[in-house]
Amino acid sequence: MDFSLTEDRRMLSDSLSRFLADKYAMDHRGKVAYDAPFHDVALWGEMAELGVLYALAPEDAGGFGGAGFDVTTVFEALGRGLCPEPVLGALMASKLLAAAGADQAALLDGSRRYAVAIGELDAPYDLEGIETAVTDGKLAGRKSVVYGGNDADVFLIAARSGDRLAVYEVAASDAQVTGYGLIDGGGAAELFLDATPGTLLLDNAEAALTDALDAGRLALCAEAVGAMDATNEILLDYLRTRKQFGVAIGKFQALQHRAVDVVTEIEQARSITILAASRIGEADQSRAVSMAKTLVGRAARLVAEEAIQMHGGIAMTWEAAVSHYAKRLVMIDAQLGDVDFHLERVMAGYAA
Amino acid sequence: MDLSFTDEEIAFRDEVRAFLEENLPKDLSEKVRIGGELDKDDMDRWHAILNAKGWLASGWPVEFGGPGWSPVEKHIFEEEAARANAPRIVPFGLAMLGPVLQKFGSKDQQDEILPRILDGRDWWCQGYSEPGAGSDLASLKTRAVRDGDHYVINGQKTWTTLGQFANKIFCLVRTKTDGKPQEGISFILVDLDTPGIEMRPIKLIEGGYEVNEVFFTDVRVPVENLVGEENQGWTIAKFLLTHERTNIAGVGFSMKALEELKAQARRIKRGGKPLLDSPLFAARVADVEIELEAMKITNLRMLYRAQTQGQPGPETSILKIKGTVIRQTLNDLSRRALGPAAAPFPSEEMFGNAALGEPEDVYAAAKYFNNRKLSIFGGSNEIQRNILTKAMLEL
Repeated sequence: MDFSLTEDRRMLSDSLSRFLADKYAMDHRGKVAYDAPFHDVALWGEMAELGVLYALAPEDAGGFGGAGFDVTTVFEALGRGLCPEPVLGALMASKLLAAAGADQAALLDGSRRYAVAIGELDAPYDLEGIETAVTDGKLAGRKSVVYGGNDADVFLIAARSGDRLAVYEVAASDAQVTGYGLIDGGGAAELFLDATPGTLLLDNAEAALTDALDAGRLALCAEAVGAMDATNEILLDYLRTRKQFGVAIGKFQALQHRAVDVVTEIEQARSITILAASRIGEADQSRAVSMAKTLVGRAARLVAEEAIQMHGGIAMTWEAAVSHYAKRLVMIDAQLGDVDFHLERVMAGYAA
Repeated sequence: MDLSFTDEEIAFRDEVRAFLEENLPKDLSEKVRIGGELDKDDMDRWHAILNAKGWLASGWPVEFGGPGWSPVEKHIFEEEAARANAPRIVPFGLAMLGPVLQKFGSKDQQDEILPRILDGRDWWCQGYSEPGAGSDLASLKTRAVRDGDHYVINGQKTWTTLGQFANKIFCLVRTKTDGKPQEGISFILVDLDTPGIEMRPIKLIEGGYEVNEVFFTDVRVPVENLVGEENQGWTIAKFLLTHERTNIAGVGFSMKALEELKAQARRIKRGGKPLLDSPLFAARVADVEIELEAMKITNLRMLYRAQTQGQPGPETSILKIKGTVIRQTLNDLSRRALGPAAAPFPSEEMFGNAALGEPEDVYAAAKYFNNRKLSIFGGSNEIQRNILTKAMLEL
């Protein structure tokens, strides 16, 4: 039993955290996260130079990581820094490219940005409901809220091909892409496909899609843990310094006990994320990931709502950092399966 | 990051498992499984079996007759014991007084008392709480006044668990009335045969007898029964509060309870189908299972810290808060699964009468009510939040 990070991962975590603290401070984030292209193209390149994307792929795919704990190390730091860069798409695309045995050098060096388009308006989380279909190599359908899709070079698209699910690669220039910003920062797009030409990447892709989704879900859990830690620090600092009735509000037991509950939930979220990271590649991967996404989704919303409430009016302002963390923590649940979706996946295991 | 045990730890786990398989009496494990009440003979019997193996005092170092286990080995033993439905080890002598004497006791006290805890000649109980001093323990009023080479004790203790089986009691008493309340408390050992002591049972919410009131009227106790210095009692009490708390989450008990709950919800039918097929009920089970899975890792993280950095920190209060609520939730779901079948009072006639239901169902409601205590005793969950506020959040 060892709950410490390896030396390599600690160094990666430190350098990424330092980079984000230096270059992606809240005022800079405020300038780039809410205006097109909803991220910082130059910093994307610098982050790639740090080797962040290589950490997401295994050696045989050209990277130097790719394990569950590599993913959590990167995304915990991204969450702590509230980074709006489209790294999630790169992670999931890397998994799909690796499954296909395709070259991903341009993904790992950051020169080509990928977005993964799976969810649809009426099937945001599940593979079963996908209606986008491919006929004679042409795709038709609509992909909804494709994260990072507003500024992607390439889309990897899940589509029905006969009775199977396939993954097609589509150049952004070949599709109709309507980009927009997100309420919690960063960008996404609606993707309209109508006789859109694509290249087959994976036939019979259900297992590969599930792996990519599970990796993405694990990443989101870790991102939430990092963001919850940062939110908690902001909250505790506020409880120590904000005075009302002549004392710091952290002296009031009504708030103290709620602050303890916030910390308790964060520790539980950290634990279940560690568990999920350790199960990646094992038979119970999906079950562990769903348990994590359920607990983290619930904890993240609690931390966000409690942080807002205990801050009071100031947390209702755009200017306060806590409000941006809170938005991310609430909205992260709607990515790749919310609390109810993943709870049902856990329950499905009870069938005798 | 590595969540697995080492080869040595796995070998140890297998050894513990095999020992329990061979030596845990089936009548005891069945009683524990169904949640029945253990009597003194049951507990003494199990203690003696463990003591013969040298495994009774799981937290003691070798020099005092313990197995000298690491925090992880201790955890493995506790988890395996819970998994096998072994009776819980009565903590008052073994997990509480023992470590106190090892740290604060005189050589004489250690030599005389520790062996008697191990072989069961002494059964210790705890005299901490008073009617007016519960969560606010430092306001305790039971007085010990020096008179020559004795202290004379007057006052009342309460919530003394299993005092009806005990022949000794360790008490926090007031030896100074001026200054801060915490600075006038001493830790003293009292023979329950001493004239002037009366023990009265308290009937509990579910009808059982576990705790007692203890009355002290001019009870004369030799001064050598003091542990540590006079007025050092609060330091000792605080030591106990943070010592040996890695098992405080009760993860092993909860894992067992979850297993039983699922079996129960597969057996019980609603609308012609197993209750566990109901999405609403299954969702409640899944919720608590997820919390428990996280708790297991939280527990291991604290253990890892204890193993690598010495004592676990105040974070163990998190284990108490979350661990007790998980156990209570499992008990609650078990009671609710049964519906009206949980209502009959668990009597001798009920138990073992197949016509009246499965034996583990008989105690479901009683167990639920009894385990409401979990979030109250050992420092209520609100007191744990106060501890965390100061020690961890620094508010």
